[in-house]
Amino acid sequence: MTVPRFWRKQQSRYNLIGTTCSTCGQYFYPPRNFCPECRRDGKINEHKFKGTGKVVTYSIIRSASDQFSLLTPYVIAIIELDEGCRLTSQVICEIDAVYIGMPVKQTFRRLGTDGGSGAIFYGTKFIPA
Amino acid sequence: MRDVAVIGVGCTKFGEKWDTSFRNLFVEAGGLALEDGNLSGDQIEEIFVGNMSAGRFVEQEHVGALIADYAGLATDNIPSTRVEAACASGGLAFRQAYTTVASGMADVVVAAGVEKMTDVGTEMTTDVLAAAADREWEGIAGATFPGLYAMIATLYMDRYGLTREQLAQVAVKNHANGEKNPNAQFRKAITLDTVLQSTLVADPLRLFDCSPVTDGAAAVILAPLERAREFTDTPVRVLGSSQASSTIALHDRRDICTLDATVAAGNRVFEMAKVERKDIGFIEVHDCFTIAELCAIEDLGFCKKGEAGKLTEEGVTALNGSLPVNPSGGLKACGHPVGATGIKQVYEVVRQLRGEAEGRQIDADIGMTHNVGGTGATVVCSILGRV
Amino acid sequence: MVGIISYGAYIPRYRIRVEEIARVWGANGTEISKGLGVYEKSLPDLDEDTATISVEAARAALARRTVDPGEIKAVYVGSESHPYAVKPTAATVGEAIGATPVMTAADYEFACKAGTAAVQTCMGLVKSGMIPYGIAIGADIAQGEPGDALEYTAAAGGAALIIGNRDPIADLNYTCSYTTDTPDFWRREGKPFPRHGGRFTGDPGYFKHVLGSSRMLLSDLGTKPGDYDYAVFHQPNGKFPVRAADILGFSREQIKPGLVVPYLGNTYSGASMVGLCATLDIARPGDRIFMTSYGSGAGGDSFDITVTDVIDSDQFNRDAAPTVADMLKDKKMVDYAVYAKHKGKVVMME
Repeated sequence: MTVPRFWRKQQSRYNLIGTTCSTCGQYFYPPRNFCPECRRDGKINEHKFKGTGKVVTYSIIRSASDQFSLLTPYVIAIIELDEGCRLTSQVICEIDAVYIGMPVKQTFRRLGTDGGSGAIFYGTKFIPA
Repeated sequence: MRDVAVIGVGCTKFGEKWDTSFRNLFVEAGGLALEDGNLSGDQIEEIFVGNMSAGRFVEQEHVGALIADYAGLATDNIPSTRVEAACASGGLAFRQAYTTVASGMADVVVAAGVEKMTDVGTEMTTDVLAAAADREWEGIAGATFPGLYAMIATLYMDRYGLTREQLAQVAVKNHANGEKNPNAQFRKAITLDTVLQSTLVADPLRLFDCSPVTDGAAAVILAPLERAREFTDTPVRVLGSSQASSTIALHDRRDICTLDATVAAGNRVFEMAKVERKDIGFIEVHDCFTIAELCAIEDLGFCKKGEAGKLTEEGVTALNGSLPVNPSGGLKACGHPVGATGIKQVYEVVRQLRGEAEGRQIDADIGMTHNVGGTGATVVCSILGRV
Repeated sequence: MVGIISYGAYIPRYRIRVEEIARVWGANGTEISKGLGVYEKSLPDLDEDTATISVEAARAALARRTVDPGEIKAVYVGSESHPYAVKPTAATVGEAIGATPVMTAADYEFACKAGTAAVQTCMGLVKSGMIPYGIAIGADIAQGEPGDALEYTAAAGGAALIIGNRDPIADLNYTCSYTTDTPDFWRREGKPFPRHGGRFTGDPGYFKHVLGSSRMLLSDLGTKPGDYDYAVFHQPNGKFPVRAADILGFSREQIKPGLVVPYLGNTYSGASMVGLCATLDIARPGDRIFMTSYGSGAGGDSFDITVTDVIDSDQFNRDAAPTVADMLKDKKMVDYAVYAKHKGKVVMME
């Protein structure tokens, strides 16, 4: 991830800021700036998510790319936020503690670094609630 | 729209090809296809080549021109286009070639696929393949490609009661088929224990649930059906080719266990080919992971959701079953050079329909391919039949 | 009056026993634990650093009290382990609590007292009317060289105090500082681990400045140790703060709630502030708290604090974030190998 690409969505990553369509009431995280339901009739506004949700499904990553190899084994999950949309995130917990339906809440962590001397990317991961 | 036929096919042996470069892989497959179709090369009017990530695997973009050049066609100045839809790049190249011939834009068109994956290390490969999913919202979280399919498997097992053994049976069956395929990367039968005792990659998926890293290329040549006999005595007719897309990220799917793009592409291709599920003699599906094969069988409408594991366990999808799935060995045993896979599937179907699949021959008039990009964001399906 | 509007602490879950570290170096762990008065210390997760600890502490403070983040006009983070040598941790914290862009921010470094220096800065800005709220953070993933005495205590954690003058939960009655140029402990630019003067860190360092600053406050205000309900001292180990309290005339009971070092270790810039948070966790309206931090190099900052009725009012919800005691209890013990991996002490090729 390069610095401009990360920085552009930094607010979303730090503070779970997504979007909502006031026409149909749907929430989007990751943010969308075009409502797939209402299309041209959609009205998109920023929305800050509460940061709580539950695990829809998960896996334990044992073999990862360079960027994540130090973290293995780690829990990756699809999380449904209380507002109704889904995202993919690590869940910081014992690998045998995660289960479908597990309540989780947001936490602030390092997402990665651009090598030993490059930028550090921070953002949201989840922990058991 | 004109009727279209496959008049020549070629495929390299799949595997870790340390001595062969990206461009030579293509030249080898293309040469075999020309030979098979009894063409000199002068007749080729256009090339579509499926390739996922030459830019990252071998640091080469502008693949279309490179391929045309090294195939000796640069002096003819024919159009040559690289198409990309991650692991569905090959299927996409086939469909592009098909529409080009069907529309009358050109008569003799090559659809090829090529991927050279082993020039980089495993961790880099993991990273490149993760780009088939949503880089900014899945990849950055540390979701590897096996991890995404593993999340499908976790939910699927929870919801439908699929057993670990049923899942492993997919790999056992595909290895049994691969053993009989001279082009396969793994020509070795395995047992349930081989799968169940292999290393965990992304729970619940183990090493033997995953397709390997592979070098390989395949090429098929298309022509109008009415001209097919000029080149070959055994043309195979393209009954239909469809494509569908869905959300790039797995988390945005309506149902995580269903590939809606497979459902859509399947329905479209059956309608286009005017055939029914029961008419299909065998299918080559996109088993990048064992769970993917089960989802494919169900989402294409061959059985109800949640039943494919049981069918596999009962042998229905084996070579001698009523619906053979992946006679080539699939991505699991034949290998998965990502951009080439979709073309290799067509290659296998053509060889089967021509009765040339020695040792793994299925008696069928109609075969089908199912090629997936990412976790189901692109799906290409084609149906081919004997003339 | 200027005071503490809210507070929050954060301690990573991982712990290592001092005995386990001693085992690796062939030292007598029981003796070392007893000598230092430290039995366990915290360490960060692989994806935690001073910035993530600071954000979690700041968010804990915001969870306890409704403060419009847009009104937090100053963010200061004191640490010896800022993730970047150049690029402010404070800007990351500001962004992560929604305080950006109309705010001032800077990273502070004064060894272990950079956090309390940040508190003083915020006090000045609030008192002068320049800002409605400021947030002062002390946090570290403390460095200690393998095999060095510091390795037995250097820990990870931090605390955040929101400073303002609208109904504080605790009034900051007075602060004063005592500073000299004393090279008892340092970390040179670009070096991964600090160096220290061994026993020189004691009398000429810690005690001279902690006692100097503390006595100055007592003298300035005309107060006696007996006037305070609680006292918190910088706690590089379990012995120094107890001895400082003894010398000044504070009782063991007064320092007990704020003495978190035995099972936390020395969180450097976080140390005295986490001790203060632990004290605020149990404090009642009217309680008076004495605090002196210490930073090598060297200086001490002393504070006179009075807890107000607001701490028990509807305006404040202590239970909205975990107490220091809760976080000390929620722990996962690791061995030295895992500790070395978490602390980046295993050298990896790039």
